Amino acid sequence: MSGLLEILGAAVLFAGTVFLALGALGLIRMPDSFNRIQAGTKATTLGTLLVLLGAGLLAPTFAFKLVLIGVFLLFTNPLSSQVLARAAARIHAPKVLGGAVDRFDEDHPDAKGGRA
Amino acid sequence: MADLLILAAAAMAGIAFLLALVRFLRGPTAVDRVIAFDVLTIVALTGIVLVALEEGRAVYLDVALVYALLSFLGVIVVARYLEDRAK
Amino acid sequence: MSILTGMSVVLAAGMIVAALVAISPQRSIAISIIASGAVSLFASVMFLLLAAPDVAMTEAAIGSGLTTFLFFFVLGRVRGGGDD
Repeated sequence: MSGLLEILGAAVLFAGTVFLALGALGLIRMPDSFNRIQAGTKATTLGTLLVLLGAGLLAPTFAFKLVLIGVFLLFTNPLSSQVLARAAARIHAPKVLGGAVDRFDEDHPDAKGGRA
Repeated sequence: MADLLILAAAAMAGIAFLLALVRFLRGPTAVDRVIAFDVLTIVALTGIVLVALEEGRAVYLDVALVYALLSFLGVIVVARYLEDRAK
Repeated sequence: MSILTGMSVVLAAGMIVAALVAISPQRSIAISIIASGAVSLFASVMFLLLAAPDVAMTEAAIGSGLTTFLFFFVLGRVRGGGDD
C-alpha cells in the first residue's frame, strides 16, 4: 500500500506547485500593487503548505521538520503581507480604484502628506 | 507515476519562478518588487523541499527553515524602511 | 534532464536577472539592496544543489539576512541621497 501513499503524496505536491504557478501568474496579471499582494501571498501560502503536506506523505521521516516549517510559514506569511500592504498604503501606492473611499487616511491622519 | 508527478511539480515550480522573475524585473514600484521577491523566496523554498526529497537528506530542510525566517525578516525591514521614508 | 539540472538552470537565470536589476542605474537604492539580497538567496540554493547545506545556510544568513539588514539600517540613517 505504500505505492498508493506515494502517488497521493506526489499528487498533493503537484497540486501545491500548481497553486504556486497560479499565484505567480496573478502577480503578472493583476493591475495594481494591492491586488498583487493578495495574489502573491495567499495563493503561495496555500501552495507551500500543500507542497509540505505532499513531501510529508512521500517521506514520513521528514514529518517533524516539515510541520515546523509549515507552522512557521503559517505565522509569518500573512504577517509580512499585512506589513507590506500597510507600507503600500502609507506611501500612497497607485490604485486602480482611485476614487474609492479610503478609510485608512481618515484613521491615520499622520500618514498624510507623504508623496501623495 | 509518482516520479512523473514529481517531475511535473518541479516544472510547475520552475514556471512559477520565471513568472515571478518577470514581475521582479518589470515591477513599476518598489512594493511590486518586494512582493515578487517574497514569491521568489517561497518558490525557492519549495525547490529546497524538492531537492531534499530527491536526495533523501533531512539536513537540507534546516536550510529551508533559515530561508523562511530570512525572507520574512527581509520583507519586514524593507516595509519599515518604505514607511519611515514616507513620513 | 534531471530535476536538479533544470533547477540549476532556472536559478542561474534568476541570479542573472536579479544582478541586472541590482546594477541598473536608474532604479532606487532600496531596489538595488533587495536585488543583491535576492542574488545571495539564489546563490545559497545553488550551494545546496552542490550538496553543501552548511555553506548554503551561512550564505543565506550572512549574504542575505545580515547584509540586507545592515544596508537598510544605514540607509535609514543617511540623509539626502536622492533615491527614487
